Amino acid sequence: MAHHRLSPRQYLILGLVALCAPLGDTCLSRGMTSLPPISLAHPATLIAAVFTPWIAVGIALLIGFFASYLTALSWADLTFVLPATAFGNVIVAFLSRFWLHEPISFLRWTGIVLITIGVGFVANGPSLTERPVETASAAAEAERLEEEKVG
Amino acid sequence: MMIADSTAHVGPWAAAAMIAAIILSSTTGEVLTAAAMKSIGDLDEIRARAGMKGAIHAVVTCPKFFAGVGFLALAFFALLFALNHLNLSLVAPASASLTLVTNAIAAKFFLHENVDRRRWTAAVLVCIGVYFLAH
Repeated sequence: MAHHRLSPRQYLILGLVALCAPLGDTCLSRGMTSLPPISLAHPATLIAAVFTPWIAVGIALLIGFFASYLTALSWADLTFVLPATAFGNVIVAFLSRFWLHEPISFLRWTGIVLITIGVGFVANGPSLTERPVETASAAAEAERLEEEKVG
Repeated sequence: MMIADSTAHVGPWAAAAMIAAIILSSTTGEVLTAAAMKSIGDLDEIRARAGMKGAIHAVVTCPKFFAGVGFLALAFFALLFALNHLNLSLVAPASASLTLVTNAIAAKFFLHENVDRRRWTAAVLVCIGVYFLAH
């Protein structure tokens, strides 16, 4: 399998994927817990919740996440992009430790180490599965160029 | 037991059903979206060739993309509903970590991605890591 290496711009997009998702989820959580319990009998209240400030900010961040996520999926495998999403949890843990000065337990540090190793594992491998069609078309293109050179 | 603490007023089966709904709709949505983006091609290249309008046009004219977004929207409302009844510390890690595993399985069988030993190991490590991080 050929290694599809990423450019700095592509790493930046993966960084946005990692950062926007957990920040957006945190805003949604803060917004939803401040609302009274919502029952399935009144689904319209879920729609109304979308227009409250915290949930609106959360949605804006999640739109940023989605745009970066779609771009990443256009040049990398789903199983390559998803660990990058999980790396966002590590970023949030570091922000809470060094910015908000919240304590982090030994178990959480273990979690951070495991996620970092997991993401490192995937990041060191190829980002895209090479398809037989791609290989065949690349071989045909190389052959055509070779023929042109000889001709 | 964490699930009992977080689900004092809904019960463990209802909590499991809420989390399962998020995982199922999210996995279906992500696989459909990934399939759509692969069929469209590299967005950076399309943007370089046809501009931002061309890239947006390529995405919004793909039916698979809308099917994926539909399921992701369903997952989003399932998440909002679950967050209204359960703690974030239960919903976020449970859905995030289990979705990683279901996505790896779905990517192997439906997207025919090369989920080799390296990616399985990564999925399991991240899955355990997310679980630990939430405790």
